[in-house]
Amino acid sequence: MADPFLSIQNVKKSFGNVAVVKDFNLDVGAGEFVSFLGPSGCGKTTMLRIVAGFEEPSAGKVMIGGKDVTGLKPNQRNIGMVFQAYALFPNLTVAQNIGFGLKVAGMPKAEAQARIAEMLNIIKLPDFGDRYPYQLSGGQQQRIALARALAPKPKLLLLDEPLSALDAKVRISLREEIRSIQKKLGITTIFVTHDQEEALSMSDRIVVMNEGRADQTGTPFEIYNRPSTKFVANFVGTLNVLEGTVSDATTGTVKINAEEIGLKGKLNGSKSGDTLSLALRPEAISLGRRPGNDANLTGQIADVHFLGSVIRVRVGVGQNFVSLDTFNNSSTPPPAVGEKTEISFSSGDVLVLH
Amino acid sequence: MTQASISTTADAARSAPPEAKSGFRLPTHWLGVAPFFIFALMFLILPTLYLVVGAFQNDQGQYTLDNIRQLFADQSIRDSYWVSIKISFWSATIGALVGLAMAIAIVRGGLPAWVRSSTMTFSGVASNFAGVPLAFAFLATLGRLGLVTVILRDVFGINIYAMGFNVLTSWGLIIVYLFFQIPLMIVIITPAIDGLKREWGEAAATLGATTWQYWRMVVIPVLWPSFLGTVILLFANSFGAIATAYAFTGSSLNIVPIKLYAQIRGDVLHNPHLGYALAFGMIVVTGLANIFYIWFRTRSERWLK
Amino acid sequence: MKTGRFWAWLVFGLGTAYFFIPLIATFEFSLRMRRGEYSFDAYRVVLGDSRFQETFAYSVTVAVFTILLGVLLVVPTAYWIRLRMPHLRPVVEFITLLPLVIPAIVIVFGYIRMYGSNSPLPFLGSARGTDALLVIGYATLALPYMYRAVDTGLRTIDVRTLTEAAQILGAGWTTIIARVILPNVLIAVLSGAFLTFAIVIGEFTLASLLNRPAFGPYLQNIGANRAYEPAALAVIAFAITWGCMSVIQILARFAPKSANRPN
Repeated sequence: MADPFLSIQNVKKSFGNVAVVKDFNLDVGAGEFVSFLGPSGCGKTTMLRIVAGFEEPSAGKVMIGGKDVTGLKPNQRNIGMVFQAYALFPNLTVAQNIGFGLKVAGMPKAEAQARIAEMLNIIKLPDFGDRYPYQLSGGQQQRIALARALAPKPKLLLLDEPLSALDAKVRISLREEIRSIQKKLGITTIFVTHDQEEALSMSDRIVVMNEGRADQTGTPFEIYNRPSTKFVANFVGTLNVLEGTVSDATTGTVKINAEEIGLKGKLNGSKSGDTLSLALRPEAISLGRRPGNDANLTGQIADVHFLGSVIRVRVGVGQNFVSLDTFNNSSTPPPAVGEKTEISFSSGDVLVLH
Repeated sequence: MTQASISTTADAARSAPPEAKSGFRLPTHWLGVAPFFIFALMFLILPTLYLVVGAFQNDQGQYTLDNIRQLFADQSIRDSYWVSIKISFWSATIGALVGLAMAIAIVRGGLPAWVRSSTMTFSGVASNFAGVPLAFAFLATLGRLGLVTVILRDVFGINIYAMGFNVLTSWGLIIVYLFFQIPLMIVIITPAIDGLKREWGEAAATLGATTWQYWRMVVIPVLWPSFLGTVILLFANSFGAIATAYAFTGSSLNIVPIKLYAQIRGDVLHNPHLGYALAFGMIVVTGLANIFYIWFRTRSERWLK
Repeated sequence: MKTGRFWAWLVFGLGTAYFFIPLIATFEFSLRMRRGEYSFDAYRVVLGDSRFQETFAYSVTVAVFTILLGVLLVVPTAYWIRLRMPHLRPVVEFITLLPLVIPAIVIVFGYIRMYGSNSPLPFLGSARGTDALLVIGYATLALPYMYRAVDTGLRTIDVRTLTEAAQILGAGWTTIIARVILPNVLIAVLSGAFLTFAIVIGEFTLASLLNRPAFGPYLQNIGANRAYEPAALAVIAFAITWGCMSVIQILARFAPKSANRPN
């Protein structure tokens, strides 16, 4: 990246003897929406708090807009932050909450009023200015918190699991809303979550974190379709894993049970006789032969789950079970349990996990 | 009189489970609660009402406001209310401020966990350690031969009694009352301080606020209702207290409870109905204090859910 | 952060000094009876005083009766209110809080005027009657604490479900109260009992105005006439209060935790 807006360079953080963040590097371009995705305890929140200035890194530096902010206090960084538990000030009305940062910055009253009204419109709660936080639902409170963070026009927006405390329906609508507001304002955003669906649907880029390191950084498409480590492949999306043995390394032939498939150019130097884990997304597998699918295996239907628009089928292939999705089609009855079947996929979709 | 915190009373009311509405009940159901209501009527409500009604009657049993007027007209009674209010006000205010500082120190000061737990336990005990023995303890500390007086005189050469200090005064009594006022404050206000979320401070910081701005705009306003409510409770707490004061200064200190005590013993006002009015005045002061306490408490609980 | 912790320690240290210096001073003073050396003479004198023994025994007896009266009054009421008359809860709670609002001296003043020897209920006409009125007065003062302790206990165990479960299993009312409810709220009742004990044992106002030979007036009397014994008595009184509160703290650990609903 030529001129990153936010640059995190060689950041390390330890609490006592425990290294929580180990050598973290990231450049974020202006206006980009980047998610930190990972299980709890992977260091994503600590990393966000270092960017915010609540934690001081043990080593490395944080640059915002080309300026080293590592030693600056949170209130000098011109950032906006939204917390999991909303953290609205309970003694202030919605308007006063949104206006908090403006008042602190000494903005004239009339100007602040206009800005508050503008923010209330952006979050589509124009008539809520006089209410108190305890009178609002969780989703409304979180939108107010977003407006409060954005009102002073920060250069960087930090979202710390802002959707985790909300129920499923609100979560989906709010994530779309956050993303559209972020795009409209063009504000550089870091979003911390443990929910892969959130990260995949909202982000320009995702940083998958594991044990204090960035395992992989890439677009949602890359992360999902070309995970670079076993951890990323397992953490993001559902994965079918088949055990296979390399029968001929030169031609790229791999044997699964008694059947062979060709994986030319994917073996990354594995030798004949090596055991491999081959991973496949459910949506990459088709029931029956399909033009364009160059790999076929036989199996037996083990389970059928009717999920509405999609039918998820579990097929036993030798010792392994494979889940695959087919679209519901009212004219074709779903497959029956116990039926013999063939499954097919494109060898290009196979992820070889090392 | 001994006091304990009433901090959990409101909790009990709030988290009570919703119970099914009972429909039509035979009067036999009332038998279960009859003893309680009869007891409360006979030994709590009627005796109090007797005094309240008596405060508005004269010797002939006619209704009058003369006794109430007398409360304000009589120099000595007026003084006693004034001294009582002064002592209660200062012991409540100082007790609340010191208690608040200590509560903040143990909750937010980064002190080890044992400091908090032992302070809370001790506060539970000390807020109940009032009455006669407390007066003894302070006489042994700050009396003419008390340990602190003697050490200050012999070791530091400061003779506080020669400088005009006397523990047997209103200010001496205020110092003594702090011994149960401060712990009571700590017991009641600690949950409110626990209710201050760390994220509020962080949110304020990211919005550009300094620590002082955060305290002025959020912390102080949030704690204010709890604080004010507790100050009022402490006020009522010391307004009705008599044992400590009586054991401390005998009947020499002119405060309302001691005056009422003397009136009950020997009708020193030469007018029984004026005595009732004196009692009525106490009920009004403590009653008002408690109404304000409940009002402030409801406000802060709404915020700190 | 560093300076914050310094201030916290400072405030805590000053507070500790305020609370412990009087306790130390009292203890030190109580040892000073013999000229020129520390001794436990003051304690020996106090404990050997027959009036101490009599008044203390009297107050303990009154405390026991107060606790019995309080339990008999509060437990059935709180249980019945929870089970059958929840709509009366606010009324009952308000009444139980009144003794915190009306000063004790006012309540006893009312007793003296209402129950004199010429009244329809002449409690004050005899010594036994006055003793009874003292117990009643103390039960009234302890009402807020006793009721809250028991009601909290009942809330934790969900009396309604327990009662219905016992009824389905064929239990009668005596069995339900004695075998199901009481054992479960025993801890709460005991907590209330010890708090009542701490309140009653050294109480001065009621005992003094009703002219009963209780420990509180005795303390006051010694304080007015002796030098070192009051300090020894204060130490003893503090030990009793501390003991009662410690027992309550320990009991709290054995209290049943709510099984089916969060506290």
